[in-house]
Amino acid sequence: MIDENGVRADGRGPGDIRPITIETGVVPVADGSCRMTWGTNEAIVAVYGPMEAHPRKIQRQDRAVLDVAYNMAPFSTTDRMRPGFNRRSREVSKVTQDALESVVLLELYPRSKIRISIEIVSAEAGTRCVGLTAASVALADAGIPMTDLVVSVASGKINDVVVCDLNKEEDNYGEADLPMGIMPNSGELVFLQMDGDLSQDEFKQAWKYNMDAAQEIHKLMVEALNGGDSQ
Amino acid sequence: MNGGPVARLDNMTKKNGAAGPQGNKRGNNLVVPGDDLGDSEGFEAGHGVLVMSGRLKALKQGKLREKGRTISIEPVHTRYIPRPGDLVIGFIEGCTNNLWFIELGAPFNAILPMSLGPGKVDFGGTRSVMDIGDAILCRVQEVEETHSSVVTMKGMGLRKIRSGVVEEIDPHLLGRIIGKGGETLRRMKAETECRIVVADNGRMCMETFR
Repeated sequence: MIDENGVRADGRGPGDIRPITIETGVVPVADGSCRMTWGTNEAIVAVYGPMEAHPRKIQRQDRAVLDVAYNMAPFSTTDRMRPGFNRRSREVSKVTQDALESVVLLELYPRSKIRISIEIVSAEAGTRCVGLTAASVALADAGIPMTDLVVSVASGKINDVVVCDLNKEEDNYGEADLPMGIMPNSGELVFLQMDGDLSQDEFKQAWKYNMDAAQEIHKLMVEALNGGDSQ
Repeated sequence: MNGGPVARLDNMTKKNGAAGPQGNKRGNNLVVPGDDLGDSEGFEAGHGVLVMSGRLKALKQGKLREKGRTISIEPVHTRYIPRPGDLVIGFIEGCTNNLWFIELGAPFNAILPMSLGPGKVDFGGTRSVMDIGDAILCRVQEVEETHSSVVTMKGMGLRKIRSGVVEEIDPHLLGRIIGKGGETLRRMKAETECRIVVADNGRMCMETFR
């Protein structure tokens, strides 16, 4: 999957990310929305609210609640996905919600709800990263106060080499995967998962790749929010 | 307009540069959440700005404004937050025996008790006076700390809207509709020969006399 010169199967270097495009305002009825393509991944995120939280039992008297629904479309993968929620989508929804709760100023809207729908239209590898990054752009587009945007990116290990932004083959046959959610202005972490084993040095290298990629992606997010689609 | 985009009802809510007033000391700086706006020393944080560890930080996406010592952000998209005394247009979303739930376009529904409703209403007769889906012109009477608000229909001109159309824009763009000293609105009323009510929650009711 990677040759002796450090060139990967798709022609990228170890620290290169796949091409990204971000577009905002793609769902006219939503308060904020975003379409993000990352390699052959594509996610559409719509944000509604803040609005009255129903049923009333989910209301919190001191803050708003985030209702994140991550879903992969049946046609998003080569094998048909069974429609509806499953264990994996629940897990991704949960970690995305936890990551976004760290940046959104929920205490400004007690007893209300902010609904975030993440729909994966095309999936390759790293859809949770695409979903989380696109969700933070959609929240900013909806005018929801946040202390920072969130950039999510994954690095991993293939053939004992640490590389950034794994594609499908690297994700399936690689040895490790380290997705991270980063607040690009402060460099703080809001989300970290690890699959597989990394040595301390490999972990540090993956960390560095993720931090560098986050700055690059953040520029595209700012460009998309401030007008014009980013390429 | 300096050749810039024109603010119209159908293009006022999204990023087209037509939002909000123009011209300031720092120019039209566009910011996104998390942007560092400099040292907070000598400045006050206005709308959409937070002071964190002695630095000013943007919380919203929009244009940076500097008025005196206050730094604020003119957001691209806002939601209405009720304040006591606001004239608002709401839709009835539900009712019980003695009150109505009113949707104001805010994060929280308001309540309209039977005692503050239009005229005399019998207990249990709320739906026969105003049913779900009806539009009403009312005033915010009270907003509690938990953001639950009470509206009233007791007052001059407060009524159920029986005819005309209700349009909606982001509340921070209302200044564009009203104009300086209400000039734009006055001209619009004269030209269209319509009764136009502009409410503080970004909704407008237009009725014709013909």
